[in-house]
Amino acid sequence: MNTIKKNLGFIWILLAIVAIGLLLQSAFTHIKPNGKLDINKPMPWMIIIIVFIPIAVGLGLFGWYALKGEYNRKES
Amino acid sequence: MSLSTKGIWKVITASSVGTLIEWYDFYIFGSLATIISEKFFPTGNPTTAFLATLATFAAGFIVRPFGALVFGRLGDLIGRKHTFLLTLVIMGGSTFLIGCIPEYKNFHGAPYLILLLRLLQGLALGGEYGGAATYVAEHAPANKRGYYTSWIQTTATLGLFVSLLVILTIQNTLSKEAYADWGWRLPFLLSILLVLVSIVIRMKMNESPLFAKLKSEGKTSTNPLKDSFGKKQNMKMVLLALFGATMGQGVVWYTGQFYAQTFLLKTCNLEPTQTNTWIGIALLLATPFFVFFGWLSDKIGRKAIMLTGMLLAIFCYRPIFTAMYNMSDVKQKQEVTSEITIRKILSAENPKDSIIFKTTVATYSDHSKLAQTEKYTQETLKPDNLKLVETKKIVTLDSSYRLQLISLVFILVLFVTMVYGPIAAFLVELFPTKIRYTSMSLPYHIGNGVFGGLVPFIATLITVTPGSNYLSGLWYPIGVAAVCLVIGTLYLTNKKDENVTDDVNEYIQ
Repeated sequence: MNTIKKNLGFIWILLAIVAIGLLLQSAFTHIKPNGKLDINKPMPWMIIIIVFIPIAVGLGLFGWYALKGEYNRKES
Repeated sequence: MSLSTKGIWKVITASSVGTLIEWYDFYIFGSLATIISEKFFPTGNPTTAFLATLATFAAGFIVRPFGALVFGRLGDLIGRKHTFLLTLVIMGGSTFLIGCIPEYKNFHGAPYLILLLRLLQGLALGGEYGGAATYVAEHAPANKRGYYTSWIQTTATLGLFVSLLVILTIQNTLSKEAYADWGWRLPFLLSILLVLVSIVIRMKMNESPLFAKLKSEGKTSTNPLKDSFGKKQNMKMVLLALFGATMGQGVVWYTGQFYAQTFLLKTCNLEPTQTNTWIGIALLLATPFFVFFGWLSDKIGRKAIMLTGMLLAIFCYRPIFTAMYNMSDVKQKQEVTSEITIRKILSAENPKDSIIFKTTVATYSDHSKLAQTEKYTQETLKPDNLKLVETKKIVTLDSSYRLQLISLVFILVLFVTMVYGPIAAFLVELFPTKIRYTSMSLPYHIGNGVFGGLVPFIATLITVTPGSNYLSGLWYPIGVAAVCLVIGTLYLTNKKDENVTDDVNEYIQ
């Protein structure tokens, strides 16, 4: 179990990077000056990007801790 | 460190009533969004449109987690009781003041004040929940912590229910004109009475015994933010709480309690009064299960229940939403009769133009009805120049669908009760007393406010991508819940922390 938890740490780091990339790409694609939906306005995207990037960094940090064995169950 | 049965119920009542009022205050703004927008954020004005968007997104996404940090820190420094009294005063005061602000047409500063008050609401909500959950848990005996804190968990659903009930009662009591003129302010003004009652109740309560003990021994944290997020030992548990529990819980909660309603009203075009009544019944029927699953978590562990709720949600969302869609899809029904009425009026904006409303009411073999209204504009000088500007569809289901629809929404809310019922006890037990308020509030509000709050936005985003259909929006909650399920299954233990001890490693599998 400890090995799986450690190895999956790499996946969480990768997921964090992909999430940030997807977020930025979606923002560039959907922001439109004359769009009527919320997804076309820059303000929601700015707020979401500001809030979500630290969360994604947190996921990366979680992955890093997992990779370092911080979440491994200590043998008793 | 536990109280007598009578004493603990006083604690639960004082905490739950206040939290319910805070949820009520937060929801009435959302429930009255249309009329607030008309009164304070008129269309066609880019500044007010900008402020309206900011009020919608910033209150949930930025201010709630920020409130968790501000009040969490305060709660760990000066105590739980005074902090969640303060959040109640801020929330109640802001809500009352929203009801007092003159309309935009009389006072152009109104949108700025509304935005400020909405942000204060978000800030207060960010501080309230962690305080209430911590306060109850720190009074509860170890073997009933899940059961007692689950009463706090019912307040988010009951707050929504009470807000809808108050609004519907006022709408039905007053004339349409009176409601539109001043009646919509009443739900906001009423808040001050509820808050005053709750403040009186909370003032009589004592500080949490665990915190009081720490304080008397001089062992409270001097810098809760640094101790919570600056130290690896605790930070890794904050991250585990977020990605292994609250992230999935947040999307399941939002999808069951809010997205289902939007789906039924906007995607299925169901008649609002009928739909909201049936949803209300389902919410009421499911609410006791928050307490049931809280109680059960004391017996079999928190993790097992929360992750089962996520697993069921992942596999059942698409079949449930498909069933709801099929119920309202008139293409799958046999039309029996159809009646067309046409109404023509002069345009108020441009007297040269006419507006034509063509309403088709079709009745189907299962007694459901579809009322489709097409709105055309027509220039008087060019009678052939008809332009379709809007189409509205309203499907009224036959009462024979009542049980089926209520059952489907009930199942969705049941998943909510599974993930949400035990989470307060789970979070409380994860962190040490001296930084508990700060440490548990942030993952909770990121999970619910950010991951949960993003459901409608991301769902819209997915549905505009090519090849998507009416179910595509569900991939976001399903995906987030699936990642959370994997992390929770692998990294969390099902073990309960009997003594709310300060060993954070107990929760690692």
